[in-house]
Amino acid sequence: MSASCLASFQDYGLRAIGYGQRILPKSDITLCDQFALIGSGLIWNVFFGVLAVCLGYWFAMAIAVGKASERGIYRRFSSGFIFLFRGSPLFIQFFFAYELFVLLPKVGVTLDLWIAVIDLETRWLTRAWLGALLVLICNTTAYSAEIFYGALRASPRGEIEAANAYGMTPWQMFWKVQWPNMMRLAWPSYTNEAIFLFHATTLVFFSGFPAWRQSGDALYYANYFADKTFNPFVPYPIIAFYFIVLTLLIILIFGLVNRRLNRHLPDARRSRLMIRPNLIR
Amino acid sequence: MLSCVNPDQISGLAWLGCYLSTAKHMAFYQSFLIVLLLIAAVAPLAILLGLLSASASRARFFLIRLPGTLYIAMVRGIPDIVFFLFVPLALDQGIEYLRHRSLCSDQTGSVWQGNDFVVCDIAKMPLSSASQWVHDFYGFALAVVAFALVFGAFAGNVIAGAMAAVPKAQLETAEAYGMTRRQVYWRIMFRQMWIYALPGLSNLWMILIKATPLLFLLGIQDIVYWARELGGAKTSAFTYPHPDWRIWYFLGLLVFYLMMTWVSERGFTYLNKQFSRGQSMAINPQKEGA
Repeated sequence: MSASCLASFQDYGLRAIGYGQRILPKSDITLCDQFALIGSGLIWNVFFGVLAVCLGYWFAMAIAVGKASERGIYRRFSSGFIFLFRGSPLFIQFFFAYELFVLLPKVGVTLDLWIAVIDLETRWLTRAWLGALLVLICNTTAYSAEIFYGALRASPRGEIEAANAYGMTPWQMFWKVQWPNMMRLAWPSYTNEAIFLFHATTLVFFSGFPAWRQSGDALYYANYFADKTFNPFVPYPIIAFYFIVLTLLIILIFGLVNRRLNRHLPDARRSRLMIRPNLIR
Repeated sequence: MLSCVNPDQISGLAWLGCYLSTAKHMAFYQSFLIVLLLIAAVAPLAILLGLLSASASRARFFLIRLPGTLYIAMVRGIPDIVFFLFVPLALDQGIEYLRHRSLCSDQTGSVWQGNDFVVCDIAKMPLSSASQWVHDFYGFALAVVAFALVFGAFAGNVIAGAMAAVPKAQLETAEAYGMTRRQVYWRIMFRQMWIYALPGLSNLWMILIKATPLLFLLGIQDIVYWARELGGAKTSAFTYPHPDWRIWYFLGLLVFYLMMTWVSERGFTYLNKQFSRGQSMAINPQKEGA
């Protein structure tokens, strides 16, 4: 790596989170500038993707169990939630949520958590890092909940009857019998969902949420370069390269989990990862 | 009949009625037709591209198989929105570049001059003298191509899976009867695969509906554009002043899409019933993920 290329990475490698050169490259844009800045934008994609998957996972489980519940009110709420977020485009959800957050009264809440005091202010909701994250969490919750629900219904009946016969409480039965089965059956589809979600994070800065101080995600910068140089043949292949690497990484990590989930089964009965990603929401 | 000549003198429902029937609102309602038009144009093109790529990915000859598999795999790994931004721009530049080369061959030098893309005037596409509708149509056509390319790859994926799901025994029987490969393809495979492809294709249809607001990113005056335009706060300098109403417009769009989804779900349940009729075996084509 030449010296000027190293300088590009020092200037722009963390630009998306506010470190380094404040002004974006305007003229004499080098290939290194493009690689560095688009790569720094990827930090946001990973931030949105990882947080949404990690938090959405737990909410999705709750919604899936709610949809399978015998109580009508839980079932209706869960079905409604899933229909709302799966039935409408994520792009419109972003726009709608942004307008909603703008209208919220500006108030601050102070949370005293003993170890730390956190000031929560509603104006943060209009910032992408919180507002868009909330929308992404709700979205992935709905899609994952549908997957988990399907898996929950496909859990082997005999194992549930056996758990009942052993006198397990419902709580024990869920975590010891239903949950492992649900995860095992849902995992291949859930991997696809995680991949879509990372792809969907590129929509954030193209919907209502403004990029604060030009700190955007990878696509935001790729689009910036395409506009500035009027040559789409460099920045878009770069972002494509980054996303292919990211996708492979997700497949690797989820594949390891899948191996562990299926470790007790003979080879022929294992559910394989069928990577069929990239379906827009 | 309502009179909308002096909107500042009426109020309540009458005002709302006049407000919702301004010329700009008519353009807003028409942009819903653009969404439907896009879906109607993309769906057959995507199926065609899907058939081509799926057939190519199963070809015996390596040089035909490679582009088919590569095309399907590439669209999978890259966010579709990258394609939506890239394809129209690249296509536009490609067309202008070729026209520049053939029409203005006397001009030397690269078309990429520094940070600019310069072609001679008569190579512009469409010509700068062309009327507005030509520009609109050209932009829309580029969008259709971008959508068709992305959804063609998705459809290719689904159709390749469906082709593999057609029972091997049937194909072998056909070969045993002495049918050529072409005959087996057209008489057995092509006709049988649709029932296996239907769940995947219906899923794709839903995704296509939900991808239509991305038209906005291509600079087309679609429903998102008008919702932002009309919803923004209007001062009293306008005929119909109102505060920021964008949230209501976007709520309207949300309801529109939810209704489209609901109607499509109903339609596909019906179609699936129709297709499954007369099938002697219990068909359970693998469900699409997500």
